[in-house]
Order: sequence, then structure tokens, then C-alpha cells
Amino acid sequence: MIERSPFFDALTYAVMIIGLILVVIPFWIVIVAASQSLQEVSRVPISLLPSDQLWVNLSEAWDRADLAPKMLNSFIVAIGVTVGKITLASLSAFAIVFFSFKARMICFWLIFITLMLPLEVRIVPTYSIAANALLPFQVILDTLGITGLVQAVSGVQIALNWNLLNSYTGLILPLVATATGTFLYRQFFMTIPDELVEASKMDGAHPLEFFFDVLLPLSRTNMLALATIMFVSSWNQYLWPLLITTDRANFGTVVMQLKALIPAQNGTPDWNVTMAGALIIMLPPLLVVAFMQRWFVRGLISRDK
Amino acid sequence: MERRAVYRNKVLPWLLIGPQLLLVLVFFYWPTSQALYWAFTLEQPWGGGNLWAGLDNFLYIFRDDRYWGTVLRSAFYALAATGLSMLVALTLASFVDRALKGTKLFQSVFIWPYAIAAPAAGVAFRFIFSPEAGLVGAINDIWPGIWDPATNGIHALAMVIVCHAWLGIGYNFVFFLAALQMIPRSINEAGAMDGARPFRRMLDLQLPLIAPTAFFLLIMNIISSFTDSFGLIDTMTEGGPIGQTEVMVYKIYVDGFKGLDYSGAAAQSIILMLLVIGLTFVQFKWVERRVHYN
Repeated sequence: MIERSPFFDALTYAVMIIGLILVVIPFWIVIVAASQSLQEVSRVPISLLPSDQLWVNLSEAWDRADLAPKMLNSFIVAIGVTVGKITLASLSAFAIVFFSFKARMICFWLIFITLMLPLEVRIVPTYSIAANALLPFQVILDTLGITGLVQAVSGVQIALNWNLLNSYTGLILPLVATATGTFLYRQFFMTIPDELVEASKMDGAHPLEFFFDVLLPLSRTNMLALATIMFVSSWNQYLWPLLITTDRANFGTVVMQLKALIPAQNGTPDWNVTMAGALIIMLPPLLVVAFMQRWFVRGLISRDK
Repeated sequence: MERRAVYRNKVLPWLLIGPQLLLVLVFFYWPTSQALYWAFTLEQPWGGGNLWAGLDNFLYIFRDDRYWGTVLRSAFYALAATGLSMLVALTLASFVDRALKGTKLFQSVFIWPYAIAAPAAGVAFRFIFSPEAGLVGAINDIWPGIWDPATNGIHALAMVIVCHAWLGIGYNFVFFLAALQMIPRSINEAGAMDGARPFRRMLDLQLPLIAPTAFFLLIMNIISSFTDSFGLIDTMTEGGPIGQTEVMVYKIYVDGFKGLDYSGAAAQSIILMLLVIGLTFVQFKWVERRVHYN
């Protein structure tokens, strides 16, 4: 603060409080509605104070949307994407930043162009791969004439097939295949002083030893940031899981269940159960962001600038 | 990005980068090229491969008034949601940046919307704006029929846009605050010495200095309005009433996966991709110029 200006300070608090109300109101309404009985939630105008039915509604929503297995699926997908992304991103950024090899710049651009197009934008093409993820290789083998050759020689026809529909790999892999994490790691690795690499070389350490013993410990903050971002974004995925899982009962995620909780047009307007379900579903990423805020904010900013 | 000390292995870098390259090829480059193929061909109804269609798929879309309606709606949606969200976030960030006592609490709450899934927010806002329920709907008790997103397309679109803007507050706030905090204190102090009051300094000093961040956010928000809108529209309106909240991404989904018109959907995807690439390109150009001038 530079000068004393009581009026402007008061205005500052006023604006921040209005902002707080604006941001918190939806959360508050979800909690309030989730704690009311059907009668209370249908009252016009509604009471903005919580009631005592929270537990009843939570367990009703849990059963109705069959959230137990879906919770498990969501956690598997979110953790799978997070771990997969961190592993692949750190390794490929390591290769791009610390190795000199011929195709380095080509690899760099091949990976970073993927930052441009989010999954939702190229949903139709990505879905085409879901029925058979090995199709590109089949086509390559076919065009190169290898399929024909092998068939002529051994009588075996090569037919590669890997169906991703209704599988965890199908839910996870396309989300891992983007460059967000690689970019974050690259930015960080660029700040590592050359002397550190030289010292490690002089000590006779293998590149992988340098990676595991020096780089990884140094990039802990980045890892936490990336983990937060990836956990939140993969937990919140909606369109992709909707397409790739036809077997909702076994492979559905919680976010897909939200729509099933909305009261039907002419059914009972039990919004209290809907809101209880929404509360359960939005809680895990919210907790992660609230607890990891310090790291995650840093990561979010260094990622894009 | 050249370093002096680098490793010169032949095989190891390929082993390290291989998995990522493989994934990117299978899930990015192959599907994108596939979409190009579909966009220029037509699948025959009884099988037997695709027929070359040239630009017919695109011409068909461009002649469709409904498609142009969707494009205009998407543009309006993007600008309205972006403007609203950035304005709120910028206002909050400017005041939080003054770092008065207790600001930390506000600061952490303002980030919360970032964590919420679009469909979850969609369901919550659908209840908040429901004409039958007792929140915004209560206004119908005073003036019957004044608020009805179920039949009034403008109401429905406004509801979705407000929800989208709310979701974006957290992300925009983080970036604005970071940009504001990077402004050297001395500039602000010099302004104060010259007798500029805090509000004047906000408008004339801080705002111009964070213009690059604002531009970056503008592009990011517009891109996210194409991606996040699906979850909102699917849970709030399903494109209704009578298609009045249908935006580009939603139409691609409906045409491709409900109508099974892959060629049409692929052509629409290509258009959307070009749009997003164009926006990203504009942003890179801008960043380049800024670096140049500095």
C-alpha cells in the first residue's frame, strides 16, 4: 500500500465482498438445496438456509446415480491421466531439452502443435480411432506391402485390432496425448543451468541418473502443479467419456451421471437429490484445487506464458 | 533454446520421446488426417467405401441457413461469455492486487470455479434459473411468465452464457492477478507521487500494462467457449428450445453422433479447427510483436 485512502479501501472491500457473493452463491445454493426436503426445495421463493436432510439426499443421490462404481472409474481415469501425463511429459521434455539429435526440432513441433486443438474440437476424428487404435499401423503395413508379403510367405494375414470402446485405456490415452505437460516441463528444464549438467557429466553419471537424481527432485513443484491441473481437467471430462463408453453401467464416470440426476420434465421435481449428487461429483476436484492452490497457481501461469 | 552441455546419445532420446510421439500420432495426427478424408468424401449408405465428394460437403454446409445461425450464435456466445467473465475477473483481480488485510481469503475463493466441471455447474445453474423453482423463478410469482428459458431462446442462451462466464472467473482471475503483481511497485509509487489517486492509477497505469495478458486471455476464453460449451448446453438446454442454443460444437455432436452424418460433421470439424488454429496464430503474432517492441 502506498498512501492512506480510507474511502478507496472501503470500496475495495465492498467489491471483493460482492465478488465473493457472486462466486460463492452457486456453491451455497447447491449445499442448501442438497440439505432440504422435497417440500422445502419446491417452495417459491426458496429458503436460503440449510436444513437437516443433507445425509438423506446424499445417500439417495449416491444410490440413484449408482455413484459407487462411477466414483471408482472417475478416480481411475483421473489418476491414470495424471500419472501417465507426468511420466510421458517429463521423459519427452527431457529428451527435447537435454539431448541433441537430428529430428529434435521436428519432434518438438510435432508435439507442440497438439496444444492448439483441444479434444472437443477434433472429437469426430478422434472417435474414429476408438474402434481400432491400431488402424494407422495397419494402413502403414498395407501401403508398404508388408501385409501382402507376410501373407504370401507365411499364409498369415496381419489384422491389427485394438478396440478402445468401453475400456480404461480408451478413456485415458487420448487425454494423455496432448502437450500441456510436456510444455510445462520444457519451460522448467530450460531454466536448469548448464553447469549442473556439466557437473553431472563430469561425475560420470548416466543421463538417466541425472534425470532421476537431479532433475526430478528439482521439478517437484512443477509436478504438483501439473498433477493438480491434470486431475481437475480429467475428472471434469464430459464429451469424450460420453462417446467412448456405451457400457455406462461398468465404465461410466461420475460427471456423465449428472444428466441422469436432473428431474424429468413431468416427474417429481426433487432438485434436492440432484443438488446432492452435484455436490458429491464436484467435491473431489474442488478439494484438490483448494489444498494445492499454491503450487497449482504457479503451474497454471508458467504453463501458458 | 540451445544449451552448451547436452547429451549426444543416438538411441536414448528416441526411447524417451517415443511413447509420447506414438500417442500423438495415433490420437492426434491420424484422426485429424482422417477427418480431412471424410470431409472431402461421402460415405455410401450401403457400404462399399467412400466416394470422392470434393468440396460438396462444405458447400452443402455453407448453403445451410441453420449452420450460419449456429456460427453467429457461437460468435455471440463466445464474445458475451468472454467479456462478462473477463470483466468480473479483472475487477476482482485489480482490487485483490491492493493486498489489503484479509485479501488472501478472497483470493483463494475466487479460484474455486476453475475446479468445477462444466456439466456440474450446468446442473446447478439450471436449478438456479429454473422457472418452476424458487430462486430466479420466484420472479414469475410477481410477474407471471416473465422468465422462461424452457420456451424462450433468448432466456435460455443468456442462462448458458452466465454459467459459462461464472466458470471462467477462476482461470481469468489467476492470470490477471499474476500479471498485476508483476508490475514493478516503483511504477505505482511514481504514479502516486505525481498525485494520481488509486482508481486513476488502475485505469491509466495498470490496465495498459496488463494488456498482453488480457489479449492472451481473450483468445484462450474464445477457444474455451468452443470446448466447454458442450457440457453446459448438454445439461442445461440440449440445444433447445428449437435449436436456439445450438453452438458449433454441439451441432457437430448432434450431426455426427446422433444423425450419423460423419462427412458433414467432419467438414464442420475442419472449419472449427481452422478457426481455432487461426485464433492461436493471431495470438502468436501478437506475442511476437510485443517481444519485438520491448
